[in-house]
Amino acid sequence: MIGIIDYGMGNLHSVLKAFEHVGADVEIITSAAQIDAADKIVLPGVGAFQDAIRTLHEKELAAAIIESVRSGKCFLGICLGLQLLFDVSFEDGEHQGLGIIPGKVKRFDFSTHPHKDILKIPHIGWNSLKMRNGCPLYREVADGSFVYFVHSYYVVPDDSSVIATTTEHGIEFVSSIHRENLFATQFHPEKSQRVGLQMLANFASL
Amino acid sequence: MLAKRIIPCLDVDKGRVVKGIKFFDHRDAGSVEECARRYEQQGADELVFYDITASHENRDLTVNVLSKASEQVFMPLTVGGGIRTIDDVRLMLSSGADKVSINTAAVLDQNLIKRSALRFGSQCIVLAIDANRVMKDGIEKWEVFINGGRKPTGIDVMNWVRKGRADGAGEIVLNVMNADGTKKGYDLEMTAAVSEEVDIPVVASGGAGDPEDMYQVLTRGKAEAALAASIFHFGQYSIQQTKQYLHNKGIVVRLDYQVQPISRN
Repeated sequence: MIGIIDYGMGNLHSVLKAFEHVGADVEIITSAAQIDAADKIVLPGVGAFQDAIRTLHEKELAAAIIESVRSGKCFLGICLGLQLLFDVSFEDGEHQGLGIIPGKVKRFDFSTHPHKDILKIPHIGWNSLKMRNGCPLYREVADGSFVYFVHSYYVVPDDSSVIATTTEHGIEFVSSIHRENLFATQFHPEKSQRVGLQMLANFASL
Repeated sequence: MLAKRIIPCLDVDKGRVVKGIKFFDHRDAGSVEECARRYEQQGADELVFYDITASHENRDLTVNVLSKASEQVFMPLTVGGGIRTIDDVRLMLSSGADKVSINTAAVLDQNLIKRSALRFGSQCIVLAIDANRVMKDGIEKWEVFINGGRKPTGIDVMNWVRKGRADGAGEIVLNVMNADGTKKGYDLEMTAAVSEEVDIPVVASGGAGDPEDMYQVLTRGKAEAALAASIFHFGQYSIQQTKQYLHNKGIVVRLDYQVQPISRN
């Protein structure tokens, strides 16, 4: 069973429906015990980093998430669920993340960019993936595929070997990561039509 | 590179899609789910559901429609029309909307955008503006209208756009009423002025008659996305044709949406 963690941040409905659509056995989960019991974990989320990390600690989910990744369970972070894996985020101050992936979360800054007039923040819409490391999440997904993004912050991992894809928006930023059993995307597979559903099907069959 | 988005807008009344010419006279364009599926197959980049009557009975129908659509189409969904309070925003987000578009209520409660953005994040709060060119004392003004374009507010469009950005709206939909439903093209001048004013994406709305109008608003009008209803609903142009036209003219659009079966192992 794939457990989708509900911690009150954003639209889980779409993630749930998209997994069901590809025939996955999936459930919404809300407790540390359920994280321990699930075979695979999905951490979605949109909204503020600070609220999200505080809620994960308050609901005693943070330790369970860290332990589940350490134990080798397949894990998929989506959007804020990618950013939360990092050491630190600079969204409205400086906030400690889960520290599973060394690195930081930064805001797009085009103030000195030569194309600052046309580069918009949030980065909203469909953008293409440049694939790096043969990540199994992207089986049957073509290099250059378009997926749906909506975010103002992006991750900067210390170790570039975790980079699965990059994407161009003013700069080339990390749009997904992969390390062993751990997968996380800045974009929304559940909103990326066929390409995204293929990724969820791939995750379900790992 | 970020693709320019083509967004069909489904004006919804009692669970059916309608779209008027010049805002007031509506024609039936089909069931919402039928339209949503058709547009997904054609490669729409996003769908906007707009509840045109925005009564309480209708809102329950809209929630129902949204929730069904979000089980069948896997793309970004925006809902607008009759969003008045934080609770309305929450209801729409929990019913499957990715973004909520606020128009009249942003004028009536000038803290609503700010509170909504703080609570749910800028990424899901869209400031929708019905703008009109009006003559006042022999001088042309760009004025914000509310209540479905029926009521002038005296608010200047550019001031309103700046406030929306400062309050944390993540996107602006600019619907220019003088152009809406005429199929004579978007208001390029006003769209470009708004887009240059803010660093958040601007979606152009009102006036699309053919793919060339979209090309114009995505280039000269500096919009990130083009929203349209009539030209798609009545089958004059498909979204595929429109995107192919834009692609041939050098615009980056998403063309890899062909519906293929998903491989399961």
